Amino acid sequence: MSNFKYIIGSFADPDELMDGIDKLQANNVSIYDCFTPMPIHGIEAKLGVKPSRLPIAAFCFGLLGGTLGFSLLYYTMFYDWPMNVGGKPALPLPDFVPVTFECTILITALGMVATFFYRNHLFPGRAPRVMDLRATDDRFILAVDANDNTDHAKIETLLKEAGAVEVKYNERKYVSYE
Amino acid sequence: MSSHNESILREPLVTGKDITYAKVTDDILLPVENKPNKAWWIGFILAALGALLWVFSVGYTFWTGIGAWGLNKTVGWAWDITDFVWWVGIGHAGTLISAVLLLFRQNWRNSINRSAEAMTIFAVICAATYVVAHMGRPWLAYWIFPLPNQFGSLWVNFNSPLVWDAFAISTYFTVSLVFWYCGLLPDIASVRDRAAGLKRRIYSIMSFGWNGSVKTWQRFEIVSLILAGISTPLVLSVHTIVSMDFATSVIPGWHTTIFPPYFVAGAIFSGFAMVQTLLLVMRKVLNFENYITMFHIESMNKIIMVTGSIVGIAYLTELFIAWYSGSEYEMYAFANRIAGPYWWAYWTMMTCNVISPQLFWFKKIRTSIPISWVLSIVVNIGMWFERFVIIVTSLHRDYLPSSWAMFYPTWTDVGIFVGSIGLFFTLFLLFLRFLPGIAIAEVKLLLKSASLQQKTKLIKEGHLDKEQVEFFRNSLTKYDSVTADEIKELEIK
Repeated sequence: MSNFKYIIGSFADPDELMDGIDKLQANNVSIYDCFTPMPIHGIEAKLGVKPSRLPIAAFCFGLLGGTLGFSLLYYTMFYDWPMNVGGKPALPLPDFVPVTFECTILITALGMVATFFYRNHLFPGRAPRVMDLRATDDRFILAVDANDNTDHAKIETLLKEAGAVEVKYNERKYVSYE
Repeated sequence: MSSHNESILREPLVTGKDITYAKVTDDILLPVENKPNKAWWIGFILAALGALLWVFSVGYTFWTGIGAWGLNKTVGWAWDITDFVWWVGIGHAGTLISAVLLLFRQNWRNSINRSAEAMTIFAVICAATYVVAHMGRPWLAYWIFPLPNQFGSLWVNFNSPLVWDAFAISTYFTVSLVFWYCGLLPDIASVRDRAAGLKRRIYSIMSFGWNGSVKTWQRFEIVSLILAGISTPLVLSVHTIVSMDFATSVIPGWHTTIFPPYFVAGAIFSGFAMVQTLLLVMRKVLNFENYITMFHIESMNKIIMVTGSIVGIAYLTELFIAWYSGSEYEMYAFANRIAGPYWWAYWTMMTCNVISPQLFWFKKIRTSIPISWVLSIVVNIGMWFERFVIIVTSLHRDYLPSSWAMFYPTWTDVGIFVGSIGLFFTLFLLFLRFLPGIAIAEVKLLLKSASLQQKTKLIKEGHLDKEQVEFFRNSLTKYDSVTADEIKELEIK
């Protein structure tokens, strides 16, 4: 076995990257992942990445926020210490709308973003796992696991055919680790 | 799969020749990766002096109490709340640009959303300080939140719009900050991967380990979309609630049901004016002319014109209803605004907000950079006077003529206001120095569809209708970043 772990196809154009994915898949080469400087629409479907379930999480957090907000108002204004303010009712539902609404939005936003960070392991100080440093600049990176796909020469030809500007053999998985 | 070709009739959102992905990164990161130029230092020193004045004036207010301001028994709210509403209003454009325009798929938002959102956050910071300062005893500011306390848990009164306001502003600030920072992650990663040493380490911490994998981008897009979806009603609710601070009272001139939409339109109006003020300077100083183009400027001017007209109609509706209501207090409040001792404030507001944006009906004015810049400042002066008129002229002559009074600002009032502008610009200039002022990843998305070079390529391929190309060429004449020769080259013979 060779001593490198990943084959990196570096493309200068997103359409050529998509071609590269097609070519590799047609030849039964499994793709590890792609790293791009911007979102590419349609790439998830090609790579068989399932649709995100974050909207469901967001909805649940919304329900939670609404419930918490309303419970706070109900508890403080009606249950714990009902007050007679100018003879107005202690449970004035229309007056509860703004705060309940704001709590719903707040918990939805924070909860959803926290879920996103948790699932993608994003947090301040996390060591960036980057396979090519130009993936956040001007290169569209296609990574293939070299141990799973053994015909390396063929992979290189396929990538070059699709328009890869450069094909690299990375000895370690993440070049960002020094 | 080939890229989708955008219609040639649409004006380009990115101009310039040889704009590659690498060039976009280089251009936008230029101010971040290099030492700031003289213009930045001059601006920063002036702004920092303003911020210092702000610290001093606020400190003096905290030390002596709000007796330091020009308030009296009749006029209990004046410059403090005027400035608060003014800043919150300005803070509305950022979220509007990033959320509402995203939902409407307006791609021109891509190059202005980042700095507009930053502006939102800084404006809300300025606004929040007035809330704390006007409480008189700022160290008890946390009493606005429902916290268990030593009074047997006496809770806040949730029937009060002032409490709603505390919830609305703090939610708005938090959600805007989260939205802004999530969008920044890929761009911070771009800085990180090009930097070295300590700089790299700092940006690495700030980038949260972003790597741009397929799944990250997929979730990122979903998060952006949902944040936009929930921010849209949020941004409308915030100024609605601010307007309820007034509308739920029984003061003639405040007790009005049209306040929520009227305040929201006014907020968008002043917010876009402030974005215009900042971006026209920023694009020039930082050489962003190819990314923030005449199309962006014209679109924002159109929004200023529309919202300015809505505000104008609201003013006239108010006047009509004051007369039509037959209520003598209401009628007096408005007669007093028009011809009372504060007539000059009312007419400044009318001129700046109702008449000046109507000039944007003329294309020449709409596409002129100096005039747009001056008008954007005029609009913001007008919007400050709108809040001043609403607050002070409604209060200064109350139900009892013996208590009628005038409001005279003290140096502290002026110091806090001028100082808060300094604070705002200090934060904005620091932002431009350390973070990318344009969303790099989002501009890259436009390169293969909405850029001038892509459209030039389509024309050169030569399958396009001659009339449409002619239309496209005509639309290019207003761009200051496209030369006459470049337009001539596109002609089909």
